[in-house]
Amino acid sequence: MSYEVPVAPGDKPHEIQFGGGGEHGFPLWEVFVRAKRGLNHTHVGSLHAPDAETAIQNARDGYTRRAEGVSVWVVPSIEIVASDDAESMFEPFEHKPYRHPTFYEIPEEVGQL
Amino acid sequence: MTAVTTQNALATYVVRHADDNVVLGQRLAEYISRAPELEEDLAIGNLTLDHIGVADHLFTYAAKIDGCDLSGDDLVMFRSERDYTNLLLVEQRHDGFDDLIARQFLFDAYQLPFWEALSASNDETIAGIAQRAAKEARYHLRHSSMWMVRLGDGTPESHTRIQASIDRLWRFTSEMFETDALDREMVESGLGVDTSTLRETWESSVDAVLEEATLTRPQDSFQTSGGRSGMHTEYLGPMLAEMQWLQRSQPGMSW
Amino acid sequence: MDASTEFENGQAKFDAIIAADEKIEPRDWMPDGYRKTVIRQMAQHAHSEVIGMQPEANWILRAPTLLRKAILIAKVQDEAGHGLYLYSATETLGVSRDELVGLLHEGKQKYSSIFNYPALSWADMGAIGWLVDGAAIVNQIVLQGTSYGPYSRAMVKICKEESFHARQGYSIMMALAEGSDEQKAMCQDALNRWWWPALMMFGPHDSESAHTAESMAWKIKRKTNDELRQMFIDQTVPQAHYLGMTIPDPDLVFDEETGHWTIGEIDWDEFWATIKGDGRLNRERITHKVKAWDEGRWVRDAATAYAAKQKMKPDKSA
Ligand SMILES: [Fe+2]
Ligand SMILES: [Fe+2]
Repeated sequence: MSYEVPVAPGDKPHEIQFGGGGEHGFPLWEVFVRAKRGLNHTHVGSLHAPDAETAIQNARDGYTRRAEGVSVWVVPSIEIVASDDAESMFEPFEHKPYRHPTFYEIPEEVGQL
Repeated sequence: MTAVTTQNALATYVVRHADDNVVLGQRLAEYISRAPELEEDLAIGNLTLDHIGVADHLFTYAAKIDGCDLSGDDLVMFRSERDYTNLLLVEQRHDGFDDLIARQFLFDAYQLPFWEALSASNDETIAGIAQRAAKEARYHLRHSSMWMVRLGDGTPESHTRIQASIDRLWRFTSEMFETDALDREMVESGLGVDTSTLRETWESSVDAVLEEATLTRPQDSFQTSGGRSGMHTEYLGPMLAEMQWLQRSQPGMSW
Repeated sequence: MDASTEFENGQAKFDAIIAADEKIEPRDWMPDGYRKTVIRQMAQHAHSEVIGMQPEANWILRAPTLLRKAILIAKVQDEAGHGLYLYSATETLGVSRDELVGLLHEGKQKYSSIFNYPALSWADMGAIGWLVDGAAIVNQIVLQGTSYGPYSRAMVKICKEESFHARQGYSIMMALAEGSDEQKAMCQDALNRWWWPALMMFGPHDSESAHTAESMAWKIKRKTNDELRQMFIDQTVPQAHYLGMTIPDPDLVFDEETGHWTIGEIDWDEFWATIKGDGRLNRERITHKVKAWDEGRWVRDAATAYAAKQKMKPDKSA
């Protein structure tokens, strides 16, 4: 398929080192774009930049070329704290159907409720 | 095709500024896919598009007011070196990111107040183009200033390099504030801008950024000019040869 | 929980997510092979976008009108953006862009061979947009459904941007096809040179493709090489005919029974030679990239040094 480079017979794909190789470049920033007024900033991807001011400009130049945004946020990726163990954190909430309006059967005559 | 020139004074005036932008856009375009980082390639793409875009608008308008049977692209592709009237600063070659940023910075600091002033032109179309361009220029200046500071106050190597670029390009800066008979005619009729009045604004923004960048304003007072009357350096010709080659090799075609 | 139960639980959950057609996200447990395959595929995709800037950048300076110049700049710039999105997606798996770029520069990771062919005339800007981006789009639309979340999201974003790439290419071809004899000849010549390489972009036949089965099972790939290639052929042949151009394949026939176009045999020797580094421009493309990277080092060092100095300043709260 296009852009997927097949492994030529006799070639071995290179093993990734994770943290090895290459020079150590600019830190990674996560980018959030507010598409228009009234909407939240939404995560769109990441970029590399030496500092916050540059990161903001890079976000503008890289992620809003088609007027996708009216405001951007950048956050150093290492500052993002992510949840773990989805099973114990989130699954318990799946079993509380009474928190949703569709749980209740209300006669039509009652009207808007 | 016979010689392509504008007759109308306003058209000639518009072409000057279109020339600045097309030549600078073409210079910037040389750098695409060569930036120090991927993000900067994207940034340079945006700068290039802005300059090419405003040039396109200005050429199209110049062709229209000139009333001759030319298109904006004819003005771009069929005028020769001596008929191009851009500032010498924009045609200078850049050997690297240092020259590129130094040139952008010196020019952005001029173009922003220029577009702001031109936004008050009596001519509605020109004012409209200038208003949009002023917004773009504000971002351009922010971008080039950001890099001036980082290169000036970065490593000893970057400091030396960016200082050398500023020193090298300094002799082309006074030309931006020179005025000639056409400028005066346009100022009197309320259509154009007296660029000599922009010098103070330019100096104060240049000085502020140079200071933050720990750079020194060049002492060398030698200045050169001539671009507005087609007296160019030797760098413009080869650029035009490349830019115009396809149209000139098969003139009169649609592309 | 000991390591083997953790593995079994992880594997079971991973299998369930894949079976339910949901997405694998960066912090999920995933089989080693899956991680490696996704990284490799995304990285090569990213490299391809970035290297792919070069053949078209070669014509920006010579574009025939300011509008065509602007379109081409925007398109080449988009490819840089696609590289950015894809590296960004790859980095979610804990590998840094610097490492990946290093591998590209050292020739340890590859990019699509299509970009090792030279762009020799203005018509190539048409042919590349129409055929190369066209082929990429066929693939990328399907890849929106890939099982790795960040890859899939990058594809959605890229597909939105790609749609103008193929169109601007076809519009260049249309202008040439309606033009002078010389322009028509340019148009046909570009089609002649780009047709087969575009078909090769889809990779070897399914029977020759070592990893297809595994990638399909993991839903990294959603359609096989031959399926995608056929989709592309079927959509593109009529477009060539509309231009009044001839597809450079004497064996091309329309199969009334299947409703598909069938093509002659692809030159697989050329295909493998290009992949192994003997394409026309393999060396030049990497040299260009490495040169830009090396020449930019002092700039990156300056920005890093400046950022460090700012952090040291006590009065800077940011
Ligand atoms: Fe792309
Ligand atoms: Fe594309």
